[in-house]
Amino acid sequence: MSDENHVMSTEDRLIYMVNQIARNVAALGEEEAVTTTADHIRDFWDPAMKQHILALTRTRPEQFSAIAAAAVGRISVP
Amino acid sequence: MTYTRETDHGTPPAIATGKSVTLTIDGDTVTMPEGTSIMRAASLTGCSIPKLCATDNVESFGSCRLCLVEVEGRNGYPASCTTPIAEGMVVRTQSERLKQLRRGVMELYISDHPLDCLTCPANGDCELQDQAGAVGLRDVRYGYDGATNMGQAKDQSNPYFDFDPSKCIVCSRCVRACDEVQGTFALTIEGRGFDSKVSPSQGQDFLSSECVSCGACVRACPTATLTEKKVVEVGTPDRAVVTTCAYCGVGCTFRAEMRGEELVRMVPWKDGKANRGHSCVKGRFAWGYAQHRDRILNPMIRASVEEPWREVSWEEAIAHTASEFKRIQSKYGTRSIGGITSSRCTNEETFLVQKLIRQGFGNNNVDTCARVCHSPTGYGLKTTFGTSAGTQDFDSVMQADVILVIGANPTDGHPVFASRMKKRLRPKDGKPGAKLIVIDPRRIDLVKSPHVEADHHLPLRPGTNVAMLTAMAHVIVTENLFDEAFIRERCDWDEFMDWAAFVAEPSRSPEAIEPLTGVKAEEVRAAARLYATGGNGAIYYGLGVTEHSQGSSTVMAIANLAMATGNIGREGVGVNPLRGQNNVQGACDMGSFPHEFSGYRHVSDDTTRSMFEKAWGVPLDAEPGLRIPNMLDAATDGTFKGIFIQGEDILQSDPNTHHVAAGLAAMECVVVQDLFLNETANYAHVFLPGSTFLEKDGTFTNAERRIQRVRKVMAPINGYADWEIVQSVANAMGLGWTYDHPSQIMDEIAALTPTFAGVHYDRLDVEGSLQWPANEAAPDGTPTMHIDGFVRGKGKFVVTDYVPTDEKTGPRFPLLLTTGRILSQYNVGAQTRRTANEAWHPEDRLEIHPTDAENRGIKDGDWVSLRSRAGETSLRALITERVAPGVVYTTFHHPDTQANVITTDYSDWATNCPEYKVTAVQVMPSNGPSDWQRDYAEQARHSRRIAPLEAAE
Repeated sequence: MSDENHVMSTEDRLIYMVNQIARNVAALGEEEAVTTTADHIRDFWDPAMKQHILALTRTRPEQFSAIAAAAVGRISVP
Repeated sequence: MTYTRETDHGTPPAIATGKSVTLTIDGDTVTMPEGTSIMRAASLTGCSIPKLCATDNVESFGSCRLCLVEVEGRNGYPASCTTPIAEGMVVRTQSERLKQLRRGVMELYISDHPLDCLTCPANGDCELQDQAGAVGLRDVRYGYDGATNMGQAKDQSNPYFDFDPSKCIVCSRCVRACDEVQGTFALTIEGRGFDSKVSPSQGQDFLSSECVSCGACVRACPTATLTEKKVVEVGTPDRAVVTTCAYCGVGCTFRAEMRGEELVRMVPWKDGKANRGHSCVKGRFAWGYAQHRDRILNPMIRASVEEPWREVSWEEAIAHTASEFKRIQSKYGTRSIGGITSSRCTNEETFLVQKLIRQGFGNNNVDTCARVCHSPTGYGLKTTFGTSAGTQDFDSVMQADVILVIGANPTDGHPVFASRMKKRLRPKDGKPGAKLIVIDPRRIDLVKSPHVEADHHLPLRPGTNVAMLTAMAHVIVTENLFDEAFIRERCDWDEFMDWAAFVAEPSRSPEAIEPLTGVKAEEVRAAARLYATGGNGAIYYGLGVTEHSQGSSTVMAIANLAMATGNIGREGVGVNPLRGQNNVQGACDMGSFPHEFSGYRHVSDDTTRSMFEKAWGVPLDAEPGLRIPNMLDAATDGTFKGIFIQGEDILQSDPNTHHVAAGLAAMECVVVQDLFLNETANYAHVFLPGSTFLEKDGTFTNAERRIQRVRKVMAPINGYADWEIVQSVANAMGLGWTYDHPSQIMDEIAALTPTFAGVHYDRLDVEGSLQWPANEAAPDGTPTMHIDGFVRGKGKFVVTDYVPTDEKTGPRFPLLLTTGRILSQYNVGAQTRRTANEAWHPEDRLEIHPTDAENRGIKDGDWVSLRSRAGETSLRALITERVAPGVVYTTFHHPDTQANVITTDYSDWATNCPEYKVTAVQVMPSNGPSDWQRDYAEQARHSRRIAPLEAAE
């Protein structure tokens, strides 16, 4: 993180959020962490956020942790 | 109800022993609990023994000698307040000799008391006057020429009450109330004999003394010595209505004492189960905002926030609101609008706002200010225990042996509960006080205050809660201090074993994390041992737990500790979130979160959703809606265009003010319903004037899950109660609501919410309050949860891995800022800043350690700039060792400081609850307000203009 004053863009923030969830549940072991992250997104994110994050896994895949990427791959977008 | 004082039985109830005693009082045979005083026993049978120094919220004292009685077979005339009843005792409360003695005593009192009864503010409400009448005093033989304590100057320094020492009878009731009830020990009797005087602190006036203005002394005073200024100004009340305070989550109940529609005073209600007759400076005195001239009484609209407001009729404002929301939805889609419910409004009003959104807007874009305070509590306790609320009632603290306070500052944030906690922390009647562990970066008052001292204070570095709690778990597991029987019976053993293996790793030991937390490992070990083995262990926590990037993890780490040590499911233990706002528990219960209906049931649950669909006659969205920060993101992205905000000031209370402002500015219709033109209203297009808690009926639910009535004592000066306004909006959108009274809304809540099934107004009126769940399985409510098993079935141990926040200190931002509140102010200050509470805290100050201040050349009271990666503000420094080196602290009560310009938009991983408690900052000397503050003040002034009304044709 730089020391520059900035507000995250919505896209950056969504990627940050999914990686943050994945990082916080990583201690559960990979399979459970992926499931927990996917369940979390399913239960707490609104449909537009789900669509948005799914699109971002295609355009900016390198920014997702392995758990986050796998979790987003599992969500069904309404 | 006509006005009568609450009955004062003279001495507190006896400590229950289960035994009773039969005696005779004035010829009547009565049976009472063992340990009851003669005075109380007589009072309970309807006879009143004259008294002055006795009152039933403090222990008996036996100084006034007015309550003498005769007991057959005993010599002399024992004081009935200090003499316990005994089996077979025969008591006479009136005899020739007693009359003579009492008159003699009263004669002495009156010989040194002014006889200005007719012009005295206590006239008609004075115990001295009553008792002079009761003992038949007709003459004072001593004359009035001798030595006297009359003619002393009044101390009028406190903004809410006067101290007139000339009228003092030195009964010590005020001193004892300050000690025993409030626990501040600010008052003392100075001097001896005839020269004895009540004195705040060391001969100071009330305002500059340690007095916290809780009002306990004023209530205890039997004369006009301590009198509310409002009573001096208005006179005595003529009726009293019991209602619930609208400040913090303690939920004190008060008698609103009225004359006509004028509120004379708020007096804490002795039968209130949350406060037990106590109060704080806010609830007791700081209600003047309700009639403040800043209140907006007419609806207003404007096309753009550049324009001044235009006052319109209610019809026009409501029709405009509905048509704007419809227009936006037809242009941008169903999910382009949403709303925010208020934790300051009633359950019924909150329920209606979320109903308006789900039923009327057709989406789940509803959130509430719990997002920014206790949403991690909801998530964490639901995951581990199965229910999103605290486990105990407040009375439970009296059975605790070890109290663990983490990330809470109860003496400022929850003062009335703090007084109860302090009562348990002090030894009493030979019983030692409870042990105390405080985990907090600051040396809060509980760490050391009169007669209270923490056994362990762990001043951890902000942001290391999870590491600290895991280290405590490490000690409990590796030293075999866990309660295996409890865990095997109540929890999932395999999950416990996984968790135990995780916490037992050497890398999670107190020694390993010492460099991280800055707390000595030995102290952590000692605290963990004490919590695990010291008897009933009760955890109380606040926003210092939740407002972190790992808020939810910390809540679950707390739950893990309680389960591992068997400290759950009975009195004296538990996990107790101290909720911030009066009805934040209720707002959460009522379905204010975008993913769940009332009673914490997910919107995707088909059974629940179809029940609501049937009741409301429309299909409901099965997908979660947007949370507040997500709404603001969507707004800046151009997909979220309209919002209905009831009683919430997100611009001031939410993090990263620039982000909030940008989001609001991007919307086409912002509707604010509030008492005042708050900061958020600077970005609003419609303003609907709100009503106060004094002006409407409803219920609030406090931190104990206790549902209590709010009762209307005066007509809404804005015209309508908030629930009526929401109903008008709903009906303008075609929803056809027909509520005539909030009780009907509660009936609907009860019908749709299993945990509220037994909650109805008639029942609340009889019981005083009910703690949910209140239903067929628990007809009288549920003071203690999870007694025979967890709500979710087996308690769930959740592995909570410490993940450091990304908000890091560095060369440019070397200090950590944490935020909080102070006793006299409340939240964003919209209410308390409009009261005389400003006398105690007129501005937000930056607390900084002397070393950090000296390194920067900062002196106490200097203006300093406070800068983070998010923004910059300035305020005056307060140099104190309460904060550790490297940590600075401020409050967020004043909009001209705008502490949230500084806070970042990092948030809890599970709930997006903002990380208010950790911001890397730099502090430098400055000359005064920053450019941003000046611009903001100008923008606010510009935005608050109201156009003059055009003359009627």
